[in-house]
Amino acid sequence: MGAQIRVYRQKISSTTSMRKIFKAMELIATSRIGKARARVAASLPYANAITRAVSAVASQSEVDHPLVTEPAQIRRAAVLVITSDRGLAGSYSASVLKQAEGLNELLHAEGKEVKTFLVGRKAQAYFDFRNRPYHRVWTGNTDAPEFATAKEVSEALLTDFAAAYEEEGGVDEIHVVYTRFKSMVTQEPTVVRLLPLEVVEETAASESDLLPLYEFEPETEQVLDALLPRYIESRIFAAMLQAAASELAARQRAMKSAGDNATELIKKYTRLRNTARQAEITQELSEIVAGADALSAS
Amino acid sequence: MAELEVEIVAADHFVWSGAAKMVKARTSDGEIGILPGHSPLLAILAEGELAIEPVSGDRITVAVDGGFFSVDNNRVVIVADNAQMGEAATAGIR
Repeated sequence: MGAQIRVYRQKISSTTSMRKIFKAMELIATSRIGKARARVAASLPYANAITRAVSAVASQSEVDHPLVTEPAQIRRAAVLVITSDRGLAGSYSASVLKQAEGLNELLHAEGKEVKTFLVGRKAQAYFDFRNRPYHRVWTGNTDAPEFATAKEVSEALLTDFAAAYEEEGGVDEIHVVYTRFKSMVTQEPTVVRLLPLEVVEETAASESDLLPLYEFEPETEQVLDALLPRYIESRIFAAMLQAAASELAARQRAMKSAGDNATELIKKYTRLRNTARQAEITQELSEIVAGADALSAS
Repeated sequence: MAELEVEIVAADHFVWSGAAKMVKARTSDGEIGILPGHSPLLAILAEGELAIEPVSGDRITVAVDGGFFSVDNNRVVIVADNAQMGEAATAGIR
């Protein structure tokens, strides 16, 4: 009997200390999410400017650039999977990995080889545990990504894209799997194909939307050469920033419900402990009464 | 006289925007000055300094290390990899 009370007491104290951790994690995530969202917003002007410039170049000139032309045959695809470094974020990393798994199957079904690039320790652990090969991995700072990392990632991807298929293991297309931050409550695992670029021919809504005929300095080719890597960088950086904001939002939500569940559990165990204590007292009393009865009867 | 509408953005932050009379930039071919009414242009920036002559206030200099800029309809968008504002440049920040 006494053992039961002790077990409940232990459970209560361990749940209480876990709840402290959950509460702290929730507060940390809440305080960081504002900054992460501000960074997403701050990267927008750059992304917009660069997208506009790229579509200006691509839409009006007869571009024949390796980054924009669709290869005749796609034999190998690179997949960049962006997850978090740490857990305690609910299904955040798991759902990205699930999405990546789906893409992997799809690409295999199309007869393409897949070369995987990972961001975040969670993705690394997932691949290591399953003994699956990956090409490169970047870890650290997934909740506050730096532009330098995005640059490194895009350089690695572009090098592979430029490399030849047979001897150097080059790739013909590049996909990115990340979590898009839609709002504080919805984040969506998304797959986008980065390269080759799909130059979307948009129909201009009004006169001002029409892109003017630009002059290029020095030459169209060089301008594209300089623009496209930057465009890829900015797309990858944007994906990383969105992923960071999503990670924090997911963590905040997961920690909130974990904290609530802990409170619930503590309440339940306290009740059970009280019942057990009361049962013990009742039993002791009845034992005493029974003992006294037995003595007086003899 | 018409004015140029200038916007400078760096990879991860917004740098400056405002109205200007003239923008001077260094491209990979050489220096280029842009006045209101310039024809549409897309050019690669070389490492160096940009100078902006705002409508009011002192000349602003911005050090950039590569990037590009576009001009259309008196709208100048300067996209720099890394931009550092020079002195006396805080006046135009909004």
